[in-house]
Amino acid sequence: MLDQNTPERPARPNVETGLVKWFDQRTGIDSLLHETLDEPIPGGARWAYIFGSGLLFLFVSQIITGVFLALYYVPSADHAHATVSYIVKVVTAGSFIRSIHAYGSSGIIILLLLHIGQTILYGSYKGRRELLWLSGCILLALMLGMAFTGYLLPWDEKSYFASAVGTNLLSEVPFIGLPLQQLVRGGSQMGTLTVSRFYVLHVFVLPGLLIGFIASHVFFFRKAGAAGPIKEDPVHPKLPTVPFYPRQVALDAVFAVLLIGILALIAVGIPMDLGPAASPANTAFVPRPEWYYRPAFQWLKYFSGRWSLIGGILLPALLAVIFAAVPFLDRRLERRPWRRPISVGAFFLFLLTYVSLGVASYRADYKDPGVAAQMHKQDEDTRAFMLKPFVPDSAPGNAAAGLVAADPKVVKGLAIFQANSCGSCHGDGGVGTAAAGPLTGLGQKYTDSQLIAVLHSPDIKMTAGGMTLVDLNQDSMENLVAYLRQLH
Amino acid sequence: MEATSQKDEGPKAESSERRSFVLALFGLSGAAVGALLAIPLMRYVTYPMRKRDRDTAWSDLGLVQDFASLTAPKAKTVTLERPDAWQTTSSQTAVYVLPPKNGQFTILSPVCPHLGCSVRWVDAEDKFICPCHAGSFTARGERISGPPPRSMDTLESKVEDGVLKVRYQYFRQIVPNKEVMA
Repeated sequence: MLDQNTPERPARPNVETGLVKWFDQRTGIDSLLHETLDEPIPGGARWAYIFGSGLLFLFVSQIITGVFLALYYVPSADHAHATVSYIVKVVTAGSFIRSIHAYGSSGIIILLLLHIGQTILYGSYKGRRELLWLSGCILLALMLGMAFTGYLLPWDEKSYFASAVGTNLLSEVPFIGLPLQQLVRGGSQMGTLTVSRFYVLHVFVLPGLLIGFIASHVFFFRKAGAAGPIKEDPVHPKLPTVPFYPRQVALDAVFAVLLIGILALIAVGIPMDLGPAASPANTAFVPRPEWYYRPAFQWLKYFSGRWSLIGGILLPALLAVIFAAVPFLDRRLERRPWRRPISVGAFFLFLLTYVSLGVASYRADYKDPGVAAQMHKQDEDTRAFMLKPFVPDSAPGNAAAGLVAADPKVVKGLAIFQANSCGSCHGDGGVGTAAAGPLTGLGQKYTDSQLIAVLHSPDIKMTAGGMTLVDLNQDSMENLVAYLRQLH
Repeated sequence: MEATSQKDEGPKAESSERRSFVLALFGLSGAAVGALLAIPLMRYVTYPMRKRDRDTAWSDLGLVQDFASLTAPKAKTVTLERPDAWQTTSSQTAVYVLPPKNGQFTILSPVCPHLGCSVRWVDAEDKFICPCHAGSFTARGERISGPPPRSMDTLESKVEDGVLKVRYQYFRQIVPNKEVMA
């Protein structure tokens, strides 16, 4: 404790100040806090500057909720959906935490648009801020990557099919398309390795990169200084400065409370849903991406044949390059938006196109009766799945694998079940699909003879649903019933 | 780099020759350690791209006479046993059986050659239409319009003992020619 330079002999020893001092001498926390909080803002605090810290706040919220989701989630094709279903339907507050996380990603996309819009409108990328802008571009790409990889993890129908389409698009990248797609998917088809890869990207690789680039983004921001209002000189600010603390911190805090409040309200009011488990066999499924990818999805419709490479990959890539190069292309120090019609106009043109494409996509679905009916059915399936109680996972992977040690009757029954394609409607292992209800738990409700009777002559409700009568000899029927009985 | 390092040298700094030798040594050992880790790591990550999937077996579609009198394409599900890393998944997938021409059957994969959505048969329009980006195909699966770069893919089929069989395969998306995915 004794320090030769600053002998500590307080007149009245105070434990608290003593502790603070002890800690500061070992960490330099005082000057660190001073450095962080007393950042000078030319012209003082404004509501316009809240979006960056709003993003940081939501990112931290995503980390916290994400870590807690990982407590129950298992990243493999045979468990992903069941574990998310468990989180949503069984775990206390699970649905709430997942909803905050899932809606939080949408919130981040909205805030990214606002943050970028504010930066472009205020011209605050100007004046030695190229690296600040570039690190922001990388953060934008990483965040879009987070949204894309996170979307697949529940492994329900909509996430499976949307990711199948999204990863197919990768194969169009010139030269490296096919290897790139296989690298991301972990093979030529979507499967359990795709879940692992998306999980590792979503939980380790991208967050690690995000934290690194957020640090550099903040560092470059502090190095260049806050740009201040639109009339301020971005290199040599002339307005009197006001420290970041307390005014701007207060505004940021109000915004953070507002953000988490809105998220919580939505999470309670409209909990994020989970659809039926992904089934590659469901050929009727109409894949649609999340709302923020809808404009890109719609965009692809306008390019056919050889133009699809240009429209789907090259034009977006060109747009991304131009976007990243903005501070290099627009080098004047003029910041007032009305004096910069090209950059501000280009941004609003992009925004207009983005919104119009999104609207066009939803309108097209609404107007096509076939698609609208199927989308409605998919929503109904999701609603029905959410209402069903949680069904524990019992037969991982191959249904036959779990039956090796089972009664030979059951094994034969499974063969009959598969040969008659019962699973195409009732699902593998009779777990139920959108087309027909589950067969699990029948054994507790009906006797063997009741089951045989209903298989021989299905009732009207069953035939209406597409069930055909099962015509088998007595032995086979008993085997089938033995198999059905042990489904759970 | 060289210029600045010389400028910043303190009075007791190493001679620049020795310093660049040490730097080169660091660089070399760094590269060696990096390569030692990076090469196996790259091979580890890219493993699934190098392994070959087992050839898919033939699946039964049903008795030939059931399809003899088809007038429009008919969706039929087949069960596929597919190895998926450490597990085998048995999954169903649909194929389209077209009305036979001169006793020859044509089986189409429902996977859109654009981005892999499932193409739907729309009876009212006598066309296959993809619900994603509105690509359309004739009743024989030939491309009419939209983003798909080629017609729908035909699958190998054969008739054995009066049973129509199909070999289900996946084909590469967004290329003008049909290419089997390994």
